[in-house]
Amino acid sequence: MAQTPTANAASPVLEVRDLQTHFFTRAGVVKAVDGVSFTVRRGKVLGLVGESGSGKTVTGFSILGLVDAPGRITGGSILFHGQDLAKLSDEQMRQLRGNRIAMIFQDPMMTLNPVLRIDTQMIETVQAHAKVSREEARQRARDTLGMVGIPSPDERLKAYPHQFSGGMRQRVAIAIALLHRPELIVADEPTTALDVTIQAQILAEVQKLCAQTGTAMIWITHDLSVVAGLADDLAVMYAGRVVERGPVSETLDAPLHPYTAGLIGSVPSRNKRGEPLRQIPGMTPSLLNLPGGCAFRTRCPRAQEKCKQDPPLGELLPGREARCFFPYNMPAGEAAA
Amino acid sequence: MAVYLLRRLLQSALVMLAMSIIVFIGVFAIGDPVEILISPEADQIERERAIHALGLDLPLWLQYLSFLKNALQGDLGRSFVFNEPALQLILQRMPATLELALGATFLALLIGLPLGLYAGLKPNSFGAKTIMAGSILGFSLPTFWVGLMLIMVFAVQLGWLPSTGRGQTVEVLGLRWSFLTWDGLQHLAMPALNLALFKISLVIRLTRAGVRETMLMDYVKFARAKGLSPRRVTYVHVFKNILIPVVTVVGLELGSTIAFSVVTESVFAWPGMGKLIIDSINVLDRPVIVAYLMMIVLMFITINLLVDLAYSALDPRVRLEGK
Amino acid sequence: MSTTTANATAPAPASAPAPKVETPFRRFVSEFAESKLALLGLVVILLIALIAIFAPWLAPQNPYDLAQLDILDGRLEPGTRNGLDTFTYWLGTDDQGRDMLSGIMYGLRISLTVGGGSAIIACAIGATLGLLAAYAGGKTDTVIMRLVDLQLSFPSILAALMILAFLGKGVLNVVLALVIVEWAYYARTVRGTALVERGREYIEAAQCLALPTRRIIFRHLLPNCLPPLIVVATMQVARAIALEATLSFLGLGVPITEPSLGLLISNGYEYMLSGKYWISFYPGIALLVTIVSINLVGDQLRDVLNPRLKK
Repeated sequence: MAQTPTANAASPVLEVRDLQTHFFTRAGVVKAVDGVSFTVRRGKVLGLVGESGSGKTVTGFSILGLVDAPGRITGGSILFHGQDLAKLSDEQMRQLRGNRIAMIFQDPMMTLNPVLRIDTQMIETVQAHAKVSREEARQRARDTLGMVGIPSPDERLKAYPHQFSGGMRQRVAIAIALLHRPELIVADEPTTALDVTIQAQILAEVQKLCAQTGTAMIWITHDLSVVAGLADDLAVMYAGRVVERGPVSETLDAPLHPYTAGLIGSVPSRNKRGEPLRQIPGMTPSLLNLPGGCAFRTRCPRAQEKCKQDPPLGELLPGREARCFFPYNMPAGEAAA
Repeated sequence: MAVYLLRRLLQSALVMLAMSIIVFIGVFAIGDPVEILISPEADQIERERAIHALGLDLPLWLQYLSFLKNALQGDLGRSFVFNEPALQLILQRMPATLELALGATFLALLIGLPLGLYAGLKPNSFGAKTIMAGSILGFSLPTFWVGLMLIMVFAVQLGWLPSTGRGQTVEVLGLRWSFLTWDGLQHLAMPALNLALFKISLVIRLTRAGVRETMLMDYVKFARAKGLSPRRVTYVHVFKNILIPVVTVVGLELGSTIAFSVVTESVFAWPGMGKLIIDSINVLDRPVIVAYLMMIVLMFITINLLVDLAYSALDPRVRLEGK
Repeated sequence: MSTTTANATAPAPASAPAPKVETPFRRFVSEFAESKLALLGLVVILLIALIAIFAPWLAPQNPYDLAQLDILDGRLEPGTRNGLDTFTYWLGTDDQGRDMLSGIMYGLRISLTVGGGSAIIACAIGATLGLLAAYAGGKTDTVIMRLVDLQLSFPSILAALMILAFLGKGVLNVVLALVIVEWAYYARTVRGTALVERGREYIEAAQCLALPTRRIIFRHLLPNCLPPLIVVATMQVARAIALEATLSFLGLGVPITEPSLGLLISNGYEYMLSGKYWISFYPGIALLVTIVSINLVGDQLRDVLNPRLKK
């Protein structure tokens, strides 16, 4: 259960409590999200990290209410300024989307409609939530394009998506997300499909924007190095559950959960030359057939008999939570190493 | 763009040439018009005179060359049956066929698009399942049989619509059109619907498939993530994307529709090119067959070219890259 | 171990309680059976096939045997007894005194034989050419595909008309025309799938083993190209039957001595306006039911075998 940690944060923008989103398929129930809890504070970035298949994208969609059949939210709550999004009607969610909560997708190639002009796609977003004239909407679009660093926005507005490079397209997507100055942006691996240099640029700009506008952000990624530089808080997901939460620097310096430790250890840049690359042994379990108890049990170097039970997400240290019976880095006197 | 057009025109000319050879060989080399046209009672001298008059005694390739020369001047021979220039016969009947084909295409889009859209948006609803079952009927039912049934029900039993023939015509641009008169429309209704049936099913299925595929696309999800109303997502984002393949197919199918009008025209005694060709094949009126085939190929090529141009007008990705 | 708790809480449709060995074939059958209409279509097809095969034994009369016909029995309404009072004309008679029911049964034979036969031949030719084009690539591919494009850009009815105009009527000519019209669909479908499969590793492996080309194509490549081929073949049979009926209706198809359903319908055309609808109507229904059933089956096959709709 989250507790507002420090004095200067107001009540959190988003509080996810034990979210569960299941997919009811012919082959069985896929528990894509099965116990996710985290908090996002105003103007802060939460890094949501996990391998593919860990459920991070579905978590993002769940927040926006974009989970499609055969999936749906089956439990938990998503409190946006205290209002439970999981309980809202489709129309109520629609009014929030793009307006107070926005999303940026991974592949900019596919997220912009190829047969519509950029200005059309931006103006419609503006007019969906504000009764303004077309001209005003266009003006706002132009200004926002400027904010994300797109030169000569007037010309760009008249263009089609395929005339832009990948990095530009993603900036346009970010601009669209910012049109109504949302309080929360969920970014699902927005830089994964881009060049490293562009990636760095966009990361820097996003950081600046968030600080400027006070927008809270959830940055979903599998890349720890991105999160290290960008996020304030970190939530690590594995097999549909959050296994560790806490401030970024503390978590990365002294991870509690063995999975987090494994992830950090496997980052290539941490290796010394000539050393074999470290990997976490084994493979992610299929979400159809999760081993009972701790999902990481089958790959964990510290697994013991007790791990066959479901470990709860507990606050093991002030401001830091982990879902483990035998965490690392506990000060002496706590669970045995 | 100019280069592209030039290339296409050249291609088209080649196709026409190839077609003329095929047609010539097929019609003039196979089958023996001598037997058909010259009465068996004619004596040797009359036969020879007739053969010479029709040019049937020349070697085949000479016949072809003279055929080609005449063709380029617009002379595709005189009908054996009507004793009129074959091309003229065809052209006279073209408006009727075009009316039918275009009417059918129009109906296909008018009826097919909304139905297909609905079936794609609510695929599990009873309505959608009915529409899809209906569409299977639509392309399974042989056109001629449906035509017969339409006549039986609406003309014979109910007496609402006339059973056969074309209605009153009005002259526009030197050609006679019947859809501008009420009587003409009454006569046009059943045949056009009959011809449209197959295409309606096609459009329904295409639209539905397009909708279902497009709905899975990321940009639709993104549009929803922006908070756009479901209406806008459907009618602007989804619809515009499926319109392109649907219109393309319908356009390309226009040629096929014109060809298939052969059947409808026979059933409804509609005085178009199709009826003419069937009759001509039965009596081996070669010049008319040749003229019809050449005209049809020409129409196809033109339609294909127009559809390509329309496609590049509709799809900005194609247009701006230039061709 | 909690492997089955997941399944137990799910309101999942149709999945077996504990997964049995779900072979691809079993899954295919169960997915196909999801459409009751398709199952119905399958049953109907089998019935029709049986009727066609056993027509000489099932039909009350042999409509081609002139000796059995009584012209005075012509144009009788359905349900009338025949002149000799030996059986009932359940579906009436045509203008020659032929029993419609028998005519339909025999007509089914012709329709199915011509339609099905031409489809099989076209399939064999088209599939072979398609495989060849995909496997050999290069010039062979270009030439074959150009031919395919040419053929496909021509409306089927026009091509058939042309061929029959050149060659004259007759069953063999009709079959030839149908084959020429149909082969291209098979070729294009098979080539498409074969191109994808060709890039896969098992083909490379077979090539490394230096298996003869013919063997690779027919024993390795072909079986994996079957699903879309089956769908196309099913739909094509229906098309062939419909096309033959249309051609016969127009008077360009099978000769009157062996009437297919299309020809029967055409015979009845002139009597429609005078209210003697049954001469055209019932053969039409028979044709309809045949084609619709085949299409229902083909439709479901297509949905089941379509990889793009599987998320």
